[in-house]
Amino acid sequence: MIRVQREDFDVGAEIKRLTAGNHGIGGIASFIGTVREGASHDAASTQIGAITLEHYPGMTERQLEAIEAEARTRWPLDAVLIIHRFGRLEPGEQIVLVVTASSHRQAALESCAFLIDWLKTKAPFWKLEDTGEGAKWVEARASDDAATARWQPKPNAAE
Amino acid sequence: MKLLYFAWLRQRVGHGAEDVALPPEVRTVRELIDWLKARGPGYGQAFEDLRVVRAAVNQDYVGLDHPVKNGDEIAFFPPVTGG
Repeated sequence: MIRVQREDFDVGAEIKRLTAGNHGIGGIASFIGTVREGASHDAASTQIGAITLEHYPGMTERQLEAIEAEARTRWPLDAVLIIHRFGRLEPGEQIVLVVTASSHRQAALESCAFLIDWLKTKAPFWKLEDTGEGAKWVEARASDDAATARWQPKPNAAE
Repeated sequence: MKLLYFAWLRQRVGHGAEDVALPPEVRTVRELIDWLKARGPGYGQAFEDLRVVRAAVNQDYVGLDHPVKNGDEIAFFPPVTGG
């Protein structure tokens, strides 16, 4: 399940709703992304305040659904939840939630890491940060591409 | 054809969405960009470095040689920075 919303979310309530009634679940993994103070990746920049997340309505949902579907082909998952916020967010606020549930912990933990790595390079969101010198668009990082690349199937991997 | 621009591409172009009628000689994303660049300096600034421009046709990522046609929704934006 995926959701794109302006509003904040309650992690405990979301996990409870997602997994309610499914007693085959043995492990739940979660990742919560938050707005960091001084979040700028550019050392010369001085981000001091909020960020504003812009997104592409329609394509965002489409890409997140594709990412969830990809995770479900790779791991046996009982439940998946991705919530991504947009709009103006202050330091400390929650940006993104990824929850995965499976009968065993390894599938839950690995798929959770996979989802956030893929999301960062494939979901059409853009961060604009307030700095001392005005608003500045955050630039994509090569390290995010590398994090996604580690999940590509190995060319000669056995099934 | 519906064109969409996001983040700094939107700011440089000056608007986030527009409807255009595609001339017959424009058949690919790359040809569309070349055609747009001739429409004004904002477009020229938006598309001056294609290494930092990504494109989507009908909400799927595509390369610059992907075909385009009237009726498509085509979006241009920088590399994504969500999460």
